[in-house]
Parts: sequence; structure tokens; C-alpha cells
Amino acid sequence: MPVNSWVDAARLTVTVGHFGSGKTEFSVNLALALGAAGHPFALADLDIVDPYFCARECKSQIEAEGGRLIASSNACFNADVPALPPEVMTLFDDPKLYSVLDIGGDAAGARVLVRYRQQMINRCARVLCVINANRPFTDAPEKAAAYVKSIEATMGVSISGLVNNTHMCEQTQTKDILHGAELITEVSSLTGKPVVCHCVPQEYIQKLPLLHPIFPMRLYLKKPWQD
Amino acid sequence: MKREIWKGSEAIAEAAIRAGCRCFCGYPITPQNEIPEYMSAKMPAAGGVFVQSESEVSAINMVYGAAASGIRAMTSSSSPGVSLKQEGISYMVGAELPAVIVNIMRGGPGLGSIQPAQGDYYQATRGGGNGDYRTVTLAPANLQEAVDLMFDAFDIADQYRNPVMILADGLIGQMMEPLVWKEHKPRNLPPKSWAADGRKGRDHNNFITSLLVEAADCEAHNRCLEKKFQEMEDKECRWEEIMTEDAEVLLVAYGTPARIAQTAAEHLRKQGIKAGVFRPITLWPFPARRLREIAEQRSVKVVLDVEMSLGQMLDDVKLAIGECKPVRFYGRVGGSIPTVSEVEKAAAGAYEEVK
Repeated sequence: MPVNSWVDAARLTVTVGHFGSGKTEFSVNLALALGAAGHPFALADLDIVDPYFCARECKSQIEAEGGRLIASSNACFNADVPALPPEVMTLFDDPKLYSVLDIGGDAAGARVLVRYRQQMINRCARVLCVINANRPFTDAPEKAAAYVKSIEATMGVSISGLVNNTHMCEQTQTKDILHGAELITEVSSLTGKPVVCHCVPQEYIQKLPLLHPIFPMRLYLKKPWQD
Repeated sequence: MKREIWKGSEAIAEAAIRAGCRCFCGYPITPQNEIPEYMSAKMPAAGGVFVQSESEVSAINMVYGAAASGIRAMTSSSSPGVSLKQEGISYMVGAELPAVIVNIMRGGPGLGSIQPAQGDYYQATRGGGNGDYRTVTLAPANLQEAVDLMFDAFDIADQYRNPVMILADGLIGQMMEPLVWKEHKPRNLPPKSWAADGRKGRDHNNFITSLLVEAADCEAHNRCLEKKFQEMEDKECRWEEIMTEDAEVLLVAYGTPARIAQTAAEHLRKQGIKAGVFRPITLWPFPARRLREIAEQRSVKVVLDVEMSLGQMLDDVKLAIGECKPVRFYGRVGGSIPTVSEVEKAAAGAYEEVK
């Protein structure tokens, strides 16, 4: 069985989580993984909370791999306008299209999903909650579990699984990921949600043989001074 | 120490609370909305007051009032919002009130864009309000420095009874970075015997005002302020030197462009051009003396100032360096960020030109 069989286990994936959990990096990587698995794919940027470091900045990388990026119109590309692009409906309606919907942080960001609640339920969308144990607001199982609950309460749809994306931006070490794995296991028992995967920078894959399933990640949203 | 991942704006807000800030008044504006948002969530639990005011003008005047009572107070905004606060800042300098003002800069002029910029250098260092006044202006380049400087900002403000400005570009407000919460040694600060916090057995009332009707009184007051400004210039200047010992091309940049300049300098060294970076941390007082000394090094052939503006710090760089070495400029504006390769090209071009 391939390690990442979970990747395309659902046609629609919605990523939620706390600010700074790395939802967007995870969403971009997942969208590209869907493409690499041979599916027509799309990434929708539905983050109406954050003005910078959004999935829409990865348009060229997504399109280079044959994917489609759905975001607010070009007129709003650099504006924090809380407008949702109408093309999002394509993701629910096209039965062949695999897609990732990247949602803004916290319950505030998840509020946009209320608009798509019925479509998400009808199309059996999977909702993944991304957790970074190095964020001070989700650094204890109870705190992370509270976020899971508050996001669920806002969007009115159940979270299907948890993603351990414990990182230190470009300074992530294997101990960060292992620490996150411990925390997310406890969050899983508190919430009853399964752990779907552990995100690991590509260069660390060999260093974490006991962790599974792992999801190899590349950083796409780089800061302007990073090579 | 435990490292944590923080978003810039929320880290700045948390640092302020840890530094003893107990009053935040502000009005939302991108890209710094997380500061008031965080304050609204956390300030009450810290025993402080959060007010979302009806405008930036009222926010700065509420800070004036809070500071007058002797508590640590701050406001934050982004460029157009900080423009609205200028009158209040001038009044606070005149009334000798300590406070911290955070400006997370975005593209201008006017409403401009919500992307990162550095177009408010003149406003911060020259003063957008009226009268002869100065505000110590601190410019962090990373989130660790941003939180460390918040502690210093409140201390400097209290020490000199003068507002202090944190001037950061939008990237500092919006990006995520690891940081640790260091033990901060507070300065030995004078008691706030001047505060309007009740009579408390004093034989006089404490009046706080910037109004001095008699010209002679007003001049005397200005001379007292002048002494304080001089002391700030003497004691509060800060900067960082990166690979400057043998630099042939000296890049000067503050805030996140300094990090872009540093990557560019590292690349240039691999190409055989010895580049270094001089990063002012205080924009006022500007570290002119040290910049001049480095520019005078025999190795330095040319100085390249890099900003997210049309060239505002450039004035201070030229004042510091004078005619001693040629000064060139590279800037992007309106929310566009200089790339590493653009800075490399500009530096290599300047080097070729003067070689």
C-alpha cells in the first residue's frame, strides 16, 4: 500500500486550522500531490482573513503542474476583500476534479464555509484540521482540541481528521515533528478524530522511519530573502 | 528557552502586554489588524484596557490621556492611520508623555496598497506633526527583534517621557517566525511623580499640557526638550554590521529589506564582490557616525542604499557619508518588494560603475 494513500481518498479536501498552523503550505503541497497522482486538480484560496502569504501567491506553481488556482478576481488579488469567487462551485460540481479548499485561520476564517456547508455534506468533503504544536495557542492538547471544536461549531461541519504540521518555518528540526506527533495523538484521543498524516520536510524523510503516514512537504511560500 | 512560532502582529501585541502595557487604543487597518484583535482578547485578562476607538485620531488622544495617568499605553496602525495620529504625537512630545506607537507600514501615499512598504520614514524621523520634536524610531528586521524592541520601546519612552515609534514594514506584521521570550532587564526608571493620577497627598496638582502661552516659557520648554533629544541621540543609537570589515560594496538597509540585502551580499561574495550590510536599528537617532566610519574604510568603493521607498533614508545616508564615497540607490515602492536578484544587480552595477 502506498504510504500516502490518504492523499486522494477524498475528491474534496477542505483545510482549516489555527493561524500559522501552515494550512496554506499544506494545501499547496496536497494540491500538487493530487496532480502528481494523476488527477485533474485545483486549489481554491478562500482565505479572506490574511492579506499576505496566501495560496493565490502560488498560482504559477499550481498552473505549471497543470492545476487550476481559484481565487478572488484579479481586481482583488492584493486586497483583503471578503469576496468569494463564484468558480468555487465548479469544485463541488465537476465529478472528475480533485481539489483543495484553503481556508483562513481560526473560527473567523472558517466562517466562509457556512456558505458551502450543504455542498460539503452532499459531496462528502473531507475537512482536515492542520495543527502546529509550536504555536503557543495550540501547544497543549486541550488548547488544540478547543480550536478543533470552535472551528467545527462555526462551520457546522465535522472535522474528518487531523494533520500534524509542527514546524519552525525554515528552521524545522525532526524533534519539532516528533513533538507534534505526540501532541496530535493526544488531541486525537481528546477529539476522537484520526491523525491523517505527519508533514515532514522532504530532506527529513529518511530520518523519521517510525512516523507514518508521512507527507513530504516543500516550502512554496518563501520570504523575499530566502533562496 | 522554548521557541515558538508567532505571527508578527500578535507577537508585537503579546510583547507589549509582557512589557507592562495596560492600555491599548486603536482602530483596525490592514496589515496590522492582529494587534488590536490580540489586544482585545488578551488585554482584559492582563488587567488592562482595550478600546476600539472610533478613529485613529481618537485612539492617539486616548493614549495621551492614559499615558498622563502614568500607565504604559500604546496604539498601533498602518501608514494612513499613523498619518492621522501625527497631531497627537506632537502633543505628547510637547506634554512630555511616554507612549509607544507601532506603524506596520503599507504602500502609500494616501490609501495606497495593503502590501509592505517603507514610505513613512520621513514621517517617523522628521515628524509629521508640528513643532520641533523627535521620536526615537525603532526598526525591527525580524520577529525576535520586534518583540525585544517592544520592551525597550516602553523603557525608552518612560525614561525620556517621550513617545517612541516602532516602524516596521508589513512583512514584519504578517509573517510567521520562531522566537523566544527572553528575560528582559528593565531600566532603572524614574518614578512617574508627574502623573495626573490623583492628588495623593501632594501639595500641588499635576497639570499635563503642551500649551505654553508665553514665548519665553515655550522657548525654555523647547530647550529642555532639546536636551532630551540630545541625550537620546547620544545614548539610544543602534545598528547592526554584517560582513562590513572588508566590504567593497556597502549596502545600507533597514527592516526586512536588510535581510534581502544580506542574502544579496552573500551571493555577491560568491561572485567575488565583497559586499556587506549596514543596518540601522534606530532610524532616529540615525547611526550616522558609525556609518561614516565604515564608509571611510579604504575597502569601501560604493554605498548602495536599498529601501521600499523612493529614497527617504537616503537623505540620512548621504548626510552621514557626505562626499567621502559615492552613494547609489535602489528602491521598490507601493507595496512591491525588492528581490534578492534585483539588489544583487544594482549592487554589482554600482560596483562596476565606480571600480
